[in-house]
Amino acid sequence: MSYKFTKEEAAGLFAKLSEKFDIYAPIRFKDAGRYAETDIIKYGKISSFDEGVYNEKSTYPMKEVLSPIQQALFYFTEDEYRESKCSTKPMLVFARPCDINAMKVQAKIYAGNGGFIDMYYERMRERVHYALLECNADDDTCFCVSMGTNTTDDYDAAFRFTDDAILIDAKDSAFEALVKDGKACDFKPEFVKENITKVTLPVIEDKETLNKLKAHPMWEQFNGRCISCGACTIACSTCTCFTTRDIIYGDNQEVGERRRVSASCQVDGFTTVAGGGSYRKTAGDKMRFKMLHKFHDYKARFKDSDMCVGCGRCINRCPELISITETLKKMNAALEEIKKEK
Amino acid sequence: MFNPIQPKPCKILSVKHETELEYTFRVEYDIKPDHGQFLQLSIPMIGEAPISVSEQGDGWLEFTIRNVGKVTSCIFEKKAGDVLFLRGPYGNGWPTEELKGKNVVVIAGGTGVSPVRSLLNYLYKTPGYAKSVNVIAGFKNEQSILFKNDLENWKKSFNATFCLDNEEKEGFRKGMVTTVIKELPLKDWGEDYAVIVVGPPVMMKFVGLELLKCGFDEKKIWMSFERKMSCAVGKCGHCRIDEVYVCLDGPVFPYTTAKNLVD
Ligand SMILES: Cc1cc2nc3c(=O)[nH]c(=O)nc-3n(C[C@H](O)[C@H](O)[C@H](O)COP(=O)(O)OP(=O)(O)OC[C@H]3O[C@@H](n4cnc5c(N)ncnc54)[C@H](O)[C@@H]3O)c2cc1C
Ligand code: SF4
Ligand code: SF4
Ligand code: FES
Repeated sequence: MSYKFTKEEAAGLFAKLSEKFDIYAPIRFKDAGRYAETDIIKYGKISSFDEGVYNEKSTYPMKEVLSPIQQALFYFTEDEYRESKCSTKPMLVFARPCDINAMKVQAKIYAGNGGFIDMYYERMRERVHYALLECNADDDTCFCVSMGTNTTDDYDAAFRFTDDAILIDAKDSAFEALVKDGKACDFKPEFVKENITKVTLPVIEDKETLNKLKAHPMWEQFNGRCISCGACTIACSTCTCFTTRDIIYGDNQEVGERRRVSASCQVDGFTTVAGGGSYRKTAGDKMRFKMLHKFHDYKARFKDSDMCVGCGRCINRCPELISITETLKKMNAALEEIKKEK
Repeated sequence: MFNPIQPKPCKILSVKHETELEYTFRVEYDIKPDHGQFLQLSIPMIGEAPISVSEQGDGWLEFTIRNVGKVTSCIFEKKAGDVLFLRGPYGNGWPTEELKGKNVVVIAGGTGVSPVRSLLNYLYKTPGYAKSVNVIAGFKNEQSILFKNDLENWKKSFNATFCLDNEEKEGFRKGMVTTVIKELPLKDWGEDYAVIVVGPPVMMKFVGLELLKCGFDEKKIWMSFERKMSCAVGKCGHCRIDEVYVCLDGPVFPYTTAKNLVD
């Protein structure tokens, strides 16, 4: 069933939802962007609907709610590892289909790979309920339709914020109980049906083709272009990699924490072992590793999907204007070449 | 909720100096790993490091550690009675079933001898498990020789050749382990053999090539990989090559898989 709340009723609705949920949405940070007078929109806890930004693509992905850029794993006191604590209150997270689908991708790694369930991820995932945002923010970098991530049914309720009202389609019955004071209406969420940008996914038939593609000269052009800054993977909806780091608080050698910090396969040092040895030394090697993870290796392991939801954030964030959709085209062309050689 | 990365405090029972840079720590631990598996050792405020089990017994494990950096140097300051934090075991270990009744070849270089030590000692204590055991172990020089007592035992029971890269010493041959491979009696073994290889990446590469050149079947060779690891439970991504996670699917890989893994 669908319900309508007027602007005047919004505060009451928010208060009611807050009793049950911590509410998260994209928030604008003014002038915090990379260039003068540009903003950053990233996820955080909101205390009124007005704080959320519902009609623009967030600079950073929703994943940060579940797997923050940095988080404490253990606190050290004397000779003890004390697990970091976390609230158990359910969270309501406003998110678009691409970001919701990205969580399915992340879960395959965090909550399954090798039979190990990451406790820090799982305890957040158990809290999460999605409030679907219709996507009205697609730009020429988005290609969710090509990736099949433009729709989802993984949400408690769909929301539409109009100039004078909030429309809600409650899918989950427990959630519906919270909003049934609203006036009945016939709102149904709409999904993006077509993007300006479309991609053809590369087909890599066997190991031989894969290794030929790895050796293809196409990757070398990134040596001059990509500066290995890692902005693309930090902004990525699906990237999961992290590094574990121990830190000491100030001058006190006795207390500190073990911390998890986002890491990037694009940045030097990702593979460095004691003695300084490392793999994938050039920017081209690193780009190849990232692209093949997203469009071959992940699927080879987990079967269901590729490791990209077509959100385009990597394109938006790259200071060198490197576009993943253009790189996909180059991969397809290289694969054509490899096929002809056979 | 179960936390797979929660380390457990464990008491150090003894510390043995193998070389100036390599010590063997015997640590209290209840779980029995498979030969070739590793654990995450840590010191609060410093960090974690993946370390192979070099020997195991009732209620204890041994780790032979090379002092190379932050975590390892802090471990080197520990004495018997001190505490180390452990979690694991992780990884797959050596294919012990594949070795049963076979002519087993073990080729190891330097610190690489430590992940095969518990396996070799098991074969030493279990005559008949393998048809024959052939060990080729190489060290850089006299100062870097590890596990002197074990080497003595292996020499007695196995067909063993020990090498020093470029030094003369009684009981050792001067030269690389690769030079010994052609002397193995492969012709007498028919199909009945299995080879395991562990050591620095260059050593493993050349050993692999030499084995193939001498007619060994790539399907009967296994290698242990070392990659940067941060979690050891398939989450952090540091150890991944293609669709393979070295911490989960390795560190031991059949040569047929290993040769296709391009970093
Ligand atoms: C499966 C496996 C088994 C191993 N078994 C042994 C063993 O039996 N004995 C032994 O002495 N060493 C072993 N190593 C290597 C050992 O883990 C590294 O020497 C150790 O992590 C270095 O840590 P450090 O802090 O002292 O060095 P630092 O030089 O201070 O560390 C440098 C950085 O590199 C990282 N790092 C360095 N080397 C490695 C590595 N190989 N794997 C993961 N991270 C690394 C550290 O996390 C750190 O970020 C093994 C490694 C792996 C992957
Ligand atoms: S690779 Fe780029 S387009 Fe794909 S999910 Fe990540 S940021 Fe979005
Ligand atoms: S592709 Fe762009 S954003 Fe990614 S590492 Fe290279 S320069 Fe940085
Ligand atoms: S060490 Fe973290 S994924 Fe393998």
